[in-house]
Amino acid sequence: MEKRVRFNEDHCKSCELCIGVCPKKIIRLRTELNRLGYHPAFVPDEDQEKCISCALCARMCPDAVIEVFRP
Amino acid sequence: MNPVYTRPKSLTNVVTHYCPGCTHGIAHRLVAETIDELGIQGRTIGVASVGCSVFAYNYFDVDFQQAAHGRAPAVATGIKRVRPESIVFAYQGDGDLASIGMAEIVHAAVRGENITVIFINNAIYGMTGGQMAPTTLVGQKTTTSPFGRDPGTQGYPVKISELLSTVKGAYYVARFSLHNPANVQRAKQGIKKAFQNQIEGKGFSLVELLSTCSTNWGMTPQNALKWLEENMIPEYPLGEFKTGEGE
Amino acid sequence: MSESLLMKGNEALAEAAIRAGCRFYFGYPITPQNEISEYMARRLGEHGGVFVQAESEVSSINMVYGAAGAGGRVLISSSSPGISLMQEAISYIAGAELPCVIVNMSRGGPGLGGIQPSQSDYFQSTKGGGHGDYRLIVLAPATIQEGCDLMATAFDLADKYRNPVMILGDGMIGQMMEPVVFPEVLDAASLPHKPWATTGNEGRERNIISSIYLDPEELDAHNWRLEEKYRKVRENEVRYEILHGDDAEWFFVAYGTVARICTAVIQRLRKDGVKVGLIRPISLWPFPDEAFEKVVDRAKGFLTVEMSTGQMVEDVRLAVNGRKPVYFYGRTGGAVPTPRSVERRLRDMIDGKAPSQTDYFDRVGGAKK
Repeated sequence: MEKRVRFNEDHCKSCELCIGVCPKKIIRLRTELNRLGYHPAFVPDEDQEKCISCALCARMCPDAVIEVFRP
Repeated sequence: MNPVYTRPKSLTNVVTHYCPGCTHGIAHRLVAETIDELGIQGRTIGVASVGCSVFAYNYFDVDFQQAAHGRAPAVATGIKRVRPESIVFAYQGDGDLASIGMAEIVHAAVRGENITVIFINNAIYGMTGGQMAPTTLVGQKTTTSPFGRDPGTQGYPVKISELLSTVKGAYYVARFSLHNPANVQRAKQGIKKAFQNQIEGKGFSLVELLSTCSTNWGMTPQNALKWLEENMIPEYPLGEFKTGEGE
Repeated sequence: MSESLLMKGNEALAEAAIRAGCRFYFGYPITPQNEISEYMARRLGEHGGVFVQAESEVSSINMVYGAAGAGGRVLISSSSPGISLMQEAISYIAGAELPCVIVNMSRGGPGLGGIQPSQSDYFQSTKGGGHGDYRLIVLAPATIQEGCDLMATAFDLADKYRNPVMILGDGMIGQMMEPVVFPEVLDAASLPHKPWATTGNEGRERNIISSIYLDPEELDAHNWRLEEKYRKVRENEVRYEILHGDDAEWFFVAYGTVARICTAVIQRLRKDGVKVGLIRPISLWPFPDEAFEKVVDRAKGFLTVEMSTGQMVEDVRLAVNGRKPVYFYGRTGGAVPTPRSVERRLRDMIDGKAPSQTDYFDRVGGAKK
């Protein structure tokens, strides 16, 4: 399955700005830490199809972590 | 899959030193998107300032000079006068631009230097640990206004966009906010206009971006966006203050 | 051979800069060097150059930083208080290793001081001035012709070592008129290529001009790399003149305007059979220690004469290193040592009537009581 919303999790600082703007509320934080010591944001595989590719998350991300695609 | 949003190629692929949720990152991204869209990466020269954006040169894949505190508009002037064909932008915070660098920004505008200035206003000194900035709001607590900014002894916030809009030599002066996606999108359009102006030789353009400093404001990144919207925008109204040279 | 022109020092230096390929000048008005700015404002445009009058010395020197970083051949000029204002950026320019030429037509201080000639910026020029471990190459002309010749040298040294170079004159060098011969205007194509400059990164890795190194190990390495560069400058760029080095027993040590006065005194004294000579540092940094090595064995004493309360004399004492006595005579604030007063102090020194070496000659003559 190709992902609609992809996170460069190594660069995420878990600021949650993406979570705040996602209209579908499908972005979560991982329980594991990335190498920076943050819980990176991600969209679970099962929720990828709920993404409407609005890219609000990407436009709010201060770390250019998120890329968004449309099927 | 068709790309809707991909990482701008004018950003270097590194983790920034900015705190989680710092809107400097958004501003960087918007500038990089603009550089990409205008196709000017190979001829853009940035000027980093002193403050949190001191390392801006690490994050843009363009030539860069790092300037002394407040002097970025003078450094940008020097670059632009030597290389008028280059696209020169200064990236400055509010301590840098609105306090120690007030003379440099005003006179760059007075001369109508054909440069672009990105001005980050987050109402505080971030890098040095949350001291009062010239843009700090009345009553706002900082480490050097621990009881809230008192206008009786510490004066009132400096409104850079309003001030520069009175300068005849300035071509484009506008203030935007980065607190939500719609405003980020408007800010992007303003930044693009500010660069486009330079390409067309129209002269001095400054874009003020209301930004957050969740670390030194002492709140979560999301609450900081809310605080910005509720407290900064009433003091710093958004909009284009000047489009076109002259009074 | 070009014709000889009678020109004021400041204007001649400006013309010399243009002929040396300088196309960018940033300035701010201050006496006694305004003729440099005014000349550049009139003439630089004829050569396709750019003149900017900045809002302050602080801004003008930061324009130099930007312009030098963008690969321009850049000149700035000012006088003592203005040079003080520039010190932060000069430190940045040295730290970021940018080439530029700075003219200081120095005047009396401290503070607002006066507008008359002075040499009281020697420490500021040669020992740092701004913060951090760095050096300026400092060249001190004694005539307008020499100033013009040194202007071309200064630009070349700045590019060669990627370091700011100062031409340290004084109000007298700037204001007086002398005949001067200029070289032809340098062909811009002959200027060195600057692959490190910020010119846009089309087709190459990006260039970054910066002086920040937050990692102590990196800053330490940077500082020692700079020091290695300065060592090469010390080895290769010492400039000086010795008069009567073959037979003199007593030596004046003086630079710039004061060296001219000492030269006049030497002519008179030698008619009386006094074996007196002159060491004239032209590069104040690097200081010409080797000039002293050449004469110290035969010398009976050195008299340093300055328009200061005693600044270069410290470097003279370091060079002589206690082997022979070093005396000092100075006037300040625009008061210029007269040939007569200089001659009298030299005779006092010969006659053993000089004050102790750590003291100084009384300004009204003879040893301080």
